Order: sequence, then C-alpha cells, then structure tokens
Amino acid sequence: MSASQRDRTRIRPYGDKWNDGVVQVSFTLPLPHSGVAVEAAKRYAEKMGIRDPYVALAQPVAPEFTFFIVYGKAVHEVDATAISTEEAAVPDLHREQIDAEIARRFGRRLVVLGCALESDAHTVGIDAIFNPKGFAGDYGLERYAGFDARNLGAQVPVEKLVRLAGEVKADAILVSATVTQNEIHIKHLTDLVDMLEAERLRDRVVLVAGGARLDHALAKELGYDAGFGPGTTPGRVAAFLLEEVSRRHGTEEAK
Amino acid sequence: MTPKLGLPAEQIERCRRYARQVAEGVRRETESFTTVSTERTVLRLLGVDGVDEQDAPIPNRVVESLLQADRLSRGAAVWMGSALAGGDAGIAEAARRLANPAEARSLKEHPRWREALVPLVERSLSRIAGNRAERERRLASHAPDELPLLYAIVATGNIFEDIVQAEAAARAGAQCIAVIRSTAQSLLDHVPFGATTAGFGGTYATQENFRLMREALDRIEPDIGRYVRLVNYCSGLCMPEIAAMGALERLDMMLNDALYGIIFRDINPFRTLIDQNFSRRINAAAGVVINTGEDNYLTTADAVEQAPAVLASQFINECLALDAGLERWQIGLGHAFEIDPNLEDGLLYEIAQAQAAREIFPDSPLKYMPPTKHMTGNVLRGYQQNALFVLTSVATGQSIHLLGMLTEALHTPLLSDRWLAIDQAKAIRINARNLADEMEFRPNGRIVRRAHEVLEGAERLLQHVAGIGLFEALATAAFADTRRPRDGGRGREGVLPRDPEYSNPFREAWDHEPAGAAS
Repeated sequence: MSASQRDRTRIRPYGDKWNDGVVQVSFTLPLPHSGVAVEAAKRYAEKMGIRDPYVALAQPVAPEFTFFIVYGKAVHEVDATAISTEEAAVPDLHREQIDAEIARRFGRRLVVLGCALESDAHTVGIDAIFNPKGFAGDYGLERYAGFDARNLGAQVPVEKLVRLAGEVKADAILVSATVTQNEIHIKHLTDLVDMLEAERLRDRVVLVAGGARLDHALAKELGYDAGFGPGTTPGRVAAFLLEEVSRRHGTEEAK
Repeated sequence: MTPKLGLPAEQIERCRRYARQVAEGVRRETESFTTVSTERTVLRLLGVDGVDEQDAPIPNRVVESLLQADRLSRGAAVWMGSALAGGDAGIAEAARRLANPAEARSLKEHPRWREALVPLVERSLSRIAGNRAERERRLASHAPDELPLLYAIVATGNIFEDIVQAEAAARAGAQCIAVIRSTAQSLLDHVPFGATTAGFGGTYATQENFRLMREALDRIEPDIGRYVRLVNYCSGLCMPEIAAMGALERLDMMLNDALYGIIFRDINPFRTLIDQNFSRRINAAAGVVINTGEDNYLTTADAVEQAPAVLASQFINECLALDAGLERWQIGLGHAFEIDPNLEDGLLYEIAQAQAAREIFPDSPLKYMPPTKHMTGNVLRGYQQNALFVLTSVATGQSIHLLGMLTEALHTPLLSDRWLAIDQAKAIRINARNLADEMEFRPNGRIVRRAHEVLEGAERLLQHVAGIGLFEALATAAFADTRRPRDGGRGREGVLPRDPEYSNPFREAWDHEPAGAAS
C-alpha cells in the first residue's frame, strides 16, 4: 500500500514501518550523570508519550548536567485530514515575467522597503530577500527591474520606517524578524501596524512579515497582508507583491 | 610557521605601506578632536560611576553638562581636577556639581587641577597594570594553552544563568568565554549600570556583569587547572568606556572594531574612529587581545568576492592598532569560514584564505569565525560544516577559534549545543594535531593560486583606499557593499574639536611609557 492510500486520520512518526511512531529526542536534564539521571530521562520520555524509551546517549556535559539522546515509540496520533494551513496565495511567475507585468500594469517601479525592526540586529532574512544574489539560487529583489528595492538593514526604528514609507510613497514594506526573545518581535511587528494606521498609511502599503518563527496565519493575525516562513525564496515574495499591489490599485488583469 | 604559499614579500610590504598611508590619513583627520564617549571614559577612569534617579549614568550627566556649558573641549579632566582642587570633598561631590550646567559654567580653572587628579589617575593606572600582572601570573602558573584557543559564547540574557553556562563550557574545555551583549547595545550612547537579568539576546556590557563573570571564571580556575579568558565587546558608541571597564575588571579579550560599527550599525565613521583609538590605547595598556570584525563582511556580502576586502581591512586594522600602542600579539585579526558549502572547491578557498592570513600576519593571533550564513536549520549539516571549519582552523594554525553552534540561526545556544561544539573541536584538534606540519601546497595549484589572487585584490583595494582616504572609501562602499558617508550615521553630534590646551591625563600617561611597560 502506498503512503497516500493509508489512513491519514491517524498519523504517527514513521521510523521504518507504517505507524511505528519512532522518534528521536534530545534534551539535557539538570542532574549529574548517574543511574538516577538515566532513569529520570526515561521517565521524562514516557511522560512525553514515548513508549519503550531507549537512552542511546547519556553524556555528562557539566558536573550538574547530563545530555540525553533517546529513541522510542510515540503513542500520540494526529488527524492530518482535519488540518488546514493558510499560505499566502502566490502565482507561479519567474523574474522576467514579474518585471514585465510590473512594467505593463504600473508603468513604473514598485517601491519596496525592507528591514529588521528596533532591537533586531539580524539582517540575514532581509538580505536573503533583497540582496541581488538572493537565496537558494533565486535572485533577490534588488536584481529586479520592476522594484525600487531599498534594504534599510537592521535595527530600524518603527517611527523612522513609517516616516520613510510616507516620504517615498512605498508600495510595500517587508519586515524580517529573525531572532526573538521573550516575544519582543511580536511587539515590534504590531507597533508598526499601529503606527501605519495612525499615520493613515496602512491601506496604501502592502505589509509583509518574514522570519524563522513566522507563518502566514500569525502574520495575518498581527494585521499583515502576508507572512513568509523560513526557506522562502525572493521570487515568491516578488510574485506576491505584484499581485497584492495590483489588487489594491485595481489594476489586476481581468481573468 | 613555514610559508607555503609563496606570497611575494615585496607585495605584502606594499600592502603594509598603503595601509600605513590609510592609517596616517585617519590620524591626521581625527587627532584634533575628542568625543563625548572619550570624555566619559576619562571620568570613569577617575572614578566617576553610578546612575542618577533617572537611571542616567553620572559620567553622561557630567559630560552633557560640560558640553552645555561649552567647557568640554578642554577635556573633562580639567574641570574635575579644578573642582577637586577648589575644595570639593571627593569625586562624587565634584561630579554632582559639574552635572549642573550653571555650576560647570561658573567653575574657574584651578591652577593646580593637575595635582588634584594625580592620586586618582595613579589609582586607575595601577589597578589596570595590576590586573595585567595578575593575568600574566595566572597564565604562567599553568601549562601553555593548546591552540587554537576554543572560544565559546554564552547568550542567555541573564548574567547569573550565563555564569552557569560559562562554567559548564569552561569545564568542558572552552578557553575563552564571550558574554554576548544585549541586542543593540552598540547603539546606546551610554553604558547601562548594574547586573543584567533580562536582556535581549544577551546581557549588557556593564562593569558589574564583567565583575561577576570574572569572579566566576577565576573561581573554577584551580579546579580545571586553566585560566579562562573573558571576552566582551567594545564596538559601538561607547568603545572607550567599555574598554576602560574591561581594563578595570580584567577582561582578557575585547572585540574592538570601528569598521564594524560603521558598516553594520551605521555609527558615524568620524566619531567611532576617534573612539576606537582611545579604546585601543586602553586595551593596549591592559594587555588585552583585541578581536577585529572582518568576519562580518562575509555574513552579508559574498564570501568569495569579499575575500580581498577582508585581507585589505586586516592590513588597515593592523596599522590602526599599532598606532594605538597595541603590540602584534594583541592584534587578533578577524576572518570567517563563510563560503557556500555547495561551491566547488569552496573548502580549498577557505584553506587558501586562512593560510594566507596566517602567513601575512605571523605574529598576530588570528580570530577565526564559524559559518553562520549557510546554516540552514539542518543541524546535522551544520555540525558537518563546523567540523570542516575546525579542520581548516587546525590545518592552518589559527589562534582563536570561535566555536560554531549546530543550532546557529535557530536560537541562542543550548547548553548541549555548546558541549557538542567543544567536544567536536577538541576531537579534531587532537586528531589532526600535526596536520599543518605535514601539509604543503602544490606550487601552482588551486590553493596557491587563490591566495595570490586574494592578495592581489587586496593590494588593488588598498591602493585605492590609500589614494582617496578611509573616509571617502567608506562613503563609496569600498567595504561590504555598504555606503557610509563621513557625516552620516549615529553619534556625529558627540564629536567636538579639542581646545589647544586639551588634556586627557590617561592618554598622556600611557603615551609617555613604552607599550608593555605596565607589566
């Protein structure tokens, strides 16, 4: 039986057999390496729903800490048929097509600002989308003829970004939130929405968030038009921008 | 190390001459200026510390007040000395008075201001010299360190949790512990006060955090039979202040690179190059090894294309460091293993670059940074890249090896991530112990050709920068594809011309003794 014909209402991890539930987990317990620590690791694994836990490695990593790698069989199941995920709708276009469409629909370049906000010092996400070299072999927005793409870098104050968006009449703003601690990125992301609304710019700008801990659903919840998770190529973002800016301006091609 | 790449000595010499021209240009343009951060540093070294009821550091209050009273261009020391000579009971009282602009304005220069400062200056100088001697004593009491030094970061945001992780790392074999700073501290124009328990992505560089971590690392020294070096970061708007705190609390290594602040934090070039000089002067006196930030060029721009810029920047940084009184053993020049792991012969290019840096700067401890850009979330692939990085480091005789984390780009390092990195590096270091001695390169092979190419590119870039000066080069994106105009960026307003009668007693004291004489 092929995997697709199997019962998708009761999904478990696949080790080397259907529904065997085999998982590998690693964690550190604040216990000195000892029989007690190994037993504690097994019990902890059992509480995670792992049957027959097998401690493959119990490694002292400090006098009071032991690192474990545990294999076992997870008992939990999920119903994959009950899951719906939301993803930003993105047409399948390549760079030349997007550039041509922008020229045709707008007759000008679309102004796109990108940055990481406030305390976020990481440019890796925004660079992957903007830098000409791009990401995973896909060219970045700065390489597109159709975008006036301005990468403002990291640690851009929300206020400065909003001011600039007004000054340059930005069509879109892309915000990258790379590293997060104590959920600070959520605050910065919502601050931006609030301030754009206060300045009456929100409706004029397509607002996109991206980052390791972001997805489309969360971004929508925060008041963004789309969210892109890790591994997103610049081309996907570009195609989304084309469609979303078109939709706002009512210049979408009649289909 | 025996040279293996056949790099032409006269070409390296030409590069050094261009770098010298660049450094001379920077000196000429900056030497008649001081900065608010430099003056705050003088105050800190005189013993001004603490915060007011609004949590503003007293050194900031005094400097702002002197600036407002139009007195700062003589140097903060003159007024502190005058207040004390005029009868103020102590440094705290004098600072309180000077923090009021009206009082600062009405204060007369006292003819014996210098004498009044002598005991304060002496106290700091001898504490710094004492710390340096103490480090040397401790290091000499153990077997020599195995190289490359394994350098681990801790980044919990809580200094007390950082201590738990630092101790674990040191016991596992880490020889340097870097306490990652709270995100964006480089942009603060003041140094926070006290212990940090809730930082973002790290703890603040504060004197109290320095003291706490130093004490913790000293505490385990007898147990593990090694001295553990403590590292923190000067770069940013407070370069000399943080260097001073590091000198007072016996930090051993400090990231110190104005170029980093300019390019990656958009700090005003003029301001931070002035700050860097005094900051490095303090590091020099404290016997600190600095780390420069060339690795950063590669995290944003392409590592293969930027290789000559990295080398050129190392030449320039070396000169700027020598000018500040650092000796070559203190100049930890930075570079990184950041080439795309899918590039054909990428590993050969990494070896070429690392070996070239080793041969060109034989007396400097090279600081080698791990892959970060091509870490994908596949932690096992990341562990593999880190293994190649360690092997390259060992095979080319790097000095300071920053351990790569398999969870790079996912979250701040877990205790186990750090242990795995240390375990990996120790295993490869011992397993390939004498590999460097056994290796030669084909005279006209790929590695040798690549090294020559990079040196040629660096020479061209240096010639260009020497021609137009560093400030113009920064303004025209000579480094990391980033434009930084001389008067742009953060902190420009904190630069002011020195009065002809300007004085900085610490700088004067250090300039009058040959480097290294403190020990």
